[in-house]
Amino acid sequence: MLSYLVRRILTLIPLFFGITLISFAVIHLAPGSPIDVLADLNPKMTAEAKQRLISYYGLDKPLHERYYQWLRRFASLDFGVSFSPDRRPVMDKIRETLPITIVINALSLLLIMLVAIPIGAYSASHPYSAFDKSLTLFVYIGFAIPTFWLALLALILFSVQLEWLPISGFRSLDYARLSLAGKIWDMVSHLILPVLLSAFGGLAGLSRYMRGSMLEVMRQDYITAARSKGLSEREVIYKHALRNALLPVVTILGLSVPGLIGGSVIFEQIFAIPGMGRLFYTGVMSRDYPLVMGILTIGAFLTLLGNLFADISYALVDPRIRKGGKG
Amino acid sequence: MIQGAVWKSVRQNPLTLFGGFVVLMLFVVALGAPYFPVHDPYSIDADAVLEAPGLGHPFGTDELGRDVFSRVIYGARISLWVGFVSVGIAIVIGIFLGAVAGYYGGWMDGLIMRFVDVMLCFPTFFLILAVIAFLEPNIATIMAIIGLTGWMGVCRLVRAEFLSLKERDFVQSARALGVGNLRIIVHHILPNSLTPVMVAAILGIAGAILTESALSFLGIGVQPPTPSWGNILTSGKDNLQIAWWLSLFPGLAILVTVLSYNLLGEGLRDALDPRLRGSR
Repeated sequence: MLSYLVRRILTLIPLFFGITLISFAVIHLAPGSPIDVLADLNPKMTAEAKQRLISYYGLDKPLHERYYQWLRRFASLDFGVSFSPDRRPVMDKIRETLPITIVINALSLLLIMLVAIPIGAYSASHPYSAFDKSLTLFVYIGFAIPTFWLALLALILFSVQLEWLPISGFRSLDYARLSLAGKIWDMVSHLILPVLLSAFGGLAGLSRYMRGSMLEVMRQDYITAARSKGLSEREVIYKHALRNALLPVVTILGLSVPGLIGGSVIFEQIFAIPGMGRLFYTGVMSRDYPLVMGILTIGAFLTLLGNLFADISYALVDPRIRKGGKG
Repeated sequence: MIQGAVWKSVRQNPLTLFGGFVVLMLFVVALGAPYFPVHDPYSIDADAVLEAPGLGHPFGTDELGRDVFSRVIYGARISLWVGFVSVGIAIVIGIFLGAVAGYYGGWMDGLIMRFVDVMLCFPTFFLILAVIAFLEPNIATIMAIIGLTGWMGVCRLVRAEFLSLKERDFVQSARALGVGNLRIIVHHILPNSLTPVMVAAILGIAGAILTESALSFLGIGVQPPTPSWGNILTSGKDNLQIAWWLSLFPGLAILVTVLSYNLLGEGLRDALDPRLRGSR
């Protein structure tokens, strides 16, 4: 197991450098520079002041030199200083916003699992029933619906028409003055829509996947064996089939990380949540190279962590993978 | 004979027919938009700002008094363009790299497939956002970047087809006759590997339309005043408390369009793959 893990981690390292190299090249080769943005905002900026800024940020150096410099700083987890007027280290900004994004995504992942696994398993054990058919319909719609549109509709219904939930933000303005129960409700009411809606997209995919995995397992010989042993259908499904069907599903969760962090850009924008997605969006809009590069790196890191998680859970459940070539 | 079986399978599946019909209608709407008796989607009317849906404006008007119904119709043109061009780019890249990797194998295959791995593990939406914001946000940029980040699936499909087809007798005999590599790739193997690519393309159009609408919604896609479903939704968000119709209709258009492409694509896949036929 240990040697398998080490092997997997070793293959992830070049992948990580590949991703950062492509991000770096793409961002820096794109025309337009942050200095132009600064100059647009301040027309009085002289050519000489511009030049000073360029050399201050190292924008006049060739690309490979800048990447090398970035890598060296990255080794000490230093992503440089943001281009924005507050000049704060990128790492500090990420550290403030990342937990919020992670909490929301973790909650929605949990919700996805809690809902998708039972309905997928149920509909696979009752194939072509009314329930199964409505799940198929739900999956088709879930794949086609733009979740940000659903978020708008939910806001119109629950926040504007019914006034049950706050329209945006992470906390109310009077948060500090609320009682403990009030604080909890305040947090829940701000988080409920973002979590529900970011879960929605994954829900369709995972429940279909669960259904497929379960159907696959139900065809196996050991299920026939369990049935012929005289076990009740209930026992066959919940004790024998479900456990085996769950394994591939749990591993796919690790692979859903890039989708989730991509989605958080949109959700945090709609609900005005001060997370990493929103930070990324502002960074992108102001061409804040260090910030964008820092968040892309963190995103790549989280993605690879998800991949590793998928690998590990595969290996845990399937000895053939764990033992590798040794058979 | 095979064609007949495919058509029979498609005809028996009402969902595929529905998807195909809606896709056809979208073409008619998108191409025919200038000839329809609808309002000019660009004409501003200060006397009709944010009017609720009614007789004159079935989908209401936006914050500049423009007719939302005709803007949604003209938005279909954008999504058609984006869908086809970006998927076209993705297919060309995917076929080229997949064919090279599958046909030649060896270190080229290794290199290309590692590149595919890197691209697949990207948080793609992050990358698209970063690139587009540094470029001029317009429809051409969007199509290019969606295409450039969406070719990996096609590449894998084509590679797999090439790997199995290149060992087949008809390819071996062509080679024995002294036919050159390029000719074998283009004339002998490629035509036989296009079926799964076509299905992937139809499903890819659906994905491209969703991505474009998300980008336009964030304000870094199709720029106003050009109407796109995504940027109408942006004004829906800005007028969330007053004008629900700005949010409802363009989103419905996206939903129906994407759903139809998916139904058509999946129906064709089931029809073209005999192993799946009859299993659902």
